[in-house]
Amino acid sequence: MSIDLPVIFAALMGLSILIYIVLDGYDLGVGMLMPAASPDQQDLMVASIGPFWDANQTWLVLGIGLLLVAFPKAHGVVLGELYLPMMAMLIGLMLRGVGFEFRMKALGWHAELWNWLFWFGSFLASLAQGFMLGRYITGFDEGFGFWLFALLVGGSVCGGYVLLGATWLVLRTEGELQSKARAWARWGLLWVALGVALVSVATPLASETVRNKWFDFPHTLWLMILPAASVAAGVWVWRSLRPAVADWKPFAGAVVIYVLAFLGLAYSIFPYVVVDRMTIWDAASHESALEFMLWGTAIVLPCIAGYTVFAYRVFRGKVTTALYK
Amino acid sequence: MDASEALLLARTQFGLNIAFHILFPTLTIALAWFLVYFRVRYARTRDAGWLATYKLWVKIFALTFAMGVVTGVVMSFQFGTNWPGYMNNVGNIAGPLLAYEVLTAFFLEATFLGVMLFGMNRVPGWLHILSTVMVAVGTSLSAFWILALNSWMQTPTGHVMVDGVWIAGDWWAVIFNPSFPYRFTHMMLASGLTASFAIAGLSAWRLLRAPGDVSATQTLRVAVLVAAVLAPLQIVVGDFHGLNTLEHQPAKIAAIEGIWKTERGAPLVLFALPNEKERRNDYAIEIPKGAALVLKHDANAELQGLDAFEPDRPPVAPVFFGFRIMVGIGMGMLALAWFGVWRLRRGPPPRALLWIFAAFTFSGWIATLAGWIVTEVGRQPWLVYGVLRTADAVGHISGAQLGSSLTGYALTYSLMLLAYFVVLTHMAGKGVEK
Repeated sequence: MSIDLPVIFAALMGLSILIYIVLDGYDLGVGMLMPAASPDQQDLMVASIGPFWDANQTWLVLGIGLLLVAFPKAHGVVLGELYLPMMAMLIGLMLRGVGFEFRMKALGWHAELWNWLFWFGSFLASLAQGFMLGRYITGFDEGFGFWLFALLVGGSVCGGYVLLGATWLVLRTEGELQSKARAWARWGLLWVALGVALVSVATPLASETVRNKWFDFPHTLWLMILPAASVAAGVWVWRSLRPAVADWKPFAGAVVIYVLAFLGLAYSIFPYVVVDRMTIWDAASHESALEFMLWGTAIVLPCIAGYTVFAYRVFRGKVTTALYK
Repeated sequence: MDASEALLLARTQFGLNIAFHILFPTLTIALAWFLVYFRVRYARTRDAGWLATYKLWVKIFALTFAMGVVTGVVMSFQFGTNWPGYMNNVGNIAGPLLAYEVLTAFFLEATFLGVMLFGMNRVPGWLHILSTVMVAVGTSLSAFWILALNSWMQTPTGHVMVDGVWIAGDWWAVIFNPSFPYRFTHMMLASGLTASFAIAGLSAWRLLRAPGDVSATQTLRVAVLVAAVLAPLQIVVGDFHGLNTLEHQPAKIAAIEGIWKTERGAPLVLFALPNEKERRNDYAIEIPKGAALVLKHDANAELQGLDAFEPDRPPVAPVFFGFRIMVGIGMGMLALAWFGVWRLRRGPPPRALLWIFAAFTFSGWIATLAGWIVTEVGRQPWLVYGVLRTADAVGHISGAQLGSSLTGYALTYSLMLLAYFVVLTHMAGKGVEK
């Protein structure tokens, strides 16, 4: 075999997780922004993500599924180490998912309760995802500093999702809610800038592997393109958060920030699937299993991309009414 | 904490999750096809009654689907955390089947769900019908893959050992293993019956509150008619499934029938209290030579008892009672559906009949859960029959972590199930109080 199957599947897994973070990131961000809006605006916010959240969440199942089926040895280690934050994330995602449905269908104080649980679930899932990322980067090292680092990443991911959610609302809403969303996006952007700066400084301190990768002259000079481009994208988002600018620009800029951060992270970790412990080749499934999956993936992924674009086209434009009304 | 306790906690947690999860797909798989029918009926007749039915059930579908999705996400994590030995040993076979489920089914249903739910006024009618069909295809495909995997765990074929791990020698043989056609058909029919009785039950509930409601009446008729067709089919398929199990998993059949000792002309035990300690049945009500007649079509044939499989045999009570609950509900469904069809042809149904249908709303759930308990507990002590033991697949998550997460899941599920019932009752009553 000339194709390096584990590398292909690592790329596919990374792609799924990146798509998940961007797509469900805006769902979770909108969920976290709920308390800042009036009840009518909340209905519009939920309507803006209504047709999509289910499919968006499926990318997480695919990402975790690929980890499970392509790198089974890593799946056990990673999820074993992250057991409790993972449980918090799952409970958060459950409350978010059913809260979404129940808040529209329940009555009186029940609806209020589910509205609150929808927010809480979004927040809990976001925080837990960031926390897990923080634990993952440092190879699950124990110690107060490492746990603090994980909390810091958790907070930053919340900020990042708020940025995505707010810019999504700029794209999908109008009038007062859109103005509010612009202000939220600015807060989110500041939060992200602070978070990314702290994480960029802390990660090389926390992980020797990452340090060696980034501080290896003359490669470092080339690598500096990534942070420079991130700063440029951040400035671009900030400048496009004015009413005169096209509504799609802030969201597109936020997505660019995510892609850059993801590339930086992927570069830091590759070829490990469990940092410092297990490479993708150590953890990979048998070739027969990977080959069988590759065929299906090659045929099915373009179809998924096709009908996902179709669904987004059907619901393009501004949301003006609540769901089911 | 010793290993057996960790095994028990891991099994309890996974069992709770998988049992809670399966309720929702069982309803949505067939409900999706009912939605296609309601939608096409509306497109053909432009009758507001069918539109009302479609709109009510599409909302119930959305709610049920969401419950299935969020609990399914939990499962995709628990495969690895609770049963790492499963993936390490047979991951090369189980993994791709799960991956195909995500790729071909989950995205299809989740994406077209949005168009189906909220796109009626945004896309042409034919495209909306097509989206509804796509959701239904997605739910059925998901059943196809997960039942292929489960059937492979029951009757594994097509696997070979290479370098100390199991891999698929022949994917066709893995997917179309000996019990797959029976199990898949049995589950699809179970879903059909669950959805029929849920629709009939809630329609009856609507009629109790608003007698004569046209939309609820025509929905009730359709659901009862479908149930009347599916119920006898299910009994026939179930019988074939049982004979297939006798061939491949005789220990499970011995537990189902409560046959402790290998004997000729074994009786059919209608009811008993299986006594694990003494290895016999207490208070048994039996039909002499019945089991031999049913399973071998020969009154004096020899049937292997549980003693033939010691110590690799399942615990008897859950399998024994699960089977009787499933069959009992199945027979009740058949009787009710046939009587219902006959009575509904004669005119408006009496309130007593509506009450019985309302009581049967979730009968499909109970029967399906009982059936899954029979087949899953009946496979023990194996996780993959004859290939991998459940005890060899358990992970190293500590008891404290398992215990706290078990509590967390149990609380969340209770809240969700309670809310589900409250909202369902509320939605079923809405719009008919005029």
